[in-house]
Amino acid sequence: MIEFVRNVRLWFAPEEVRQEGVTPDYRFSLANERTFLAWLRTALALIGGGFAVDQFLPDLRWGWRVGLALALLAAGVLCSLRAVNHWVRCERAMRRGEDLPVSRFPALLSIAVAIVAVAMVVVVLVGWEG
Amino acid sequence: MTAPGTRHRPERDPGLQPERTRLAWRRTTLSSTVAAVLAAKAALHGGPSAIDVTACALCCALWLGFLALAHRRIRVLATSGTDGPPALAPRHATAATLCTVALAVCAVALVF
Repeated sequence: MIEFVRNVRLWFAPEEVRQEGVTPDYRFSLANERTFLAWLRTALALIGGGFAVDQFLPDLRWGWRVGLALALLAAGVLCSLRAVNHWVRCERAMRRGEDLPVSRFPALLSIAVAIVAVAMVVVVLVGWEG
Repeated sequence: MTAPGTRHRPERDPGLQPERTRLAWRRTTLSSTVAAVLAAKAALHGGPSAIDVTACALCCALWLGFLALAHRRIRVLATSGTDGPPALAPRHATAATLCTVALAVCAVALVF
């Protein structure tokens, strides 16, 4: 948790990242930037999915519809915050010449997406019968 | 021995890294466009209220903000020297993230 707070400080302080270690090959930095953008697209897709659940499933009960939409939107927020955090950690590890940080976030996100997908299937089937 | 014409040519980057990064920014802008369009559709659906219109206007402003961020970064990538473009500034990355988070907050206001 303290590590996370220190990382949050780095998000806003470009000078502190630059002070450490040596500047890596620019191609590594650009690859890190593209990974960050890919995670940001994932976050935007989750947010778009939240809108879509709210918009395109009007026959659903209000609770289910809003619950699913909020779950997707929350996942989008988490995903985008994690994107910038992981980008800062990778950038710092490259400057220090350390191993890149590992993360269990991709596994957690895929499990969450799978749960939402199963819930959607159940909801659609039950909705058609009712 | 080098040919006279090729001596001062900048070294070609075989991975086309700046171009790929530029396209990644474009793709991300496109994703945020889709999210903003869905936000507008949600706001106009079933009689817009004052909160809906405000949230929709905010979403459009956030989309414009993201567009400006992407444009600035693309300009930096395009004008890079021989040793590659400078790395993305953390503040720039944080601003892009905050745009996304704010979009989600507007979405919550629209869904309720």
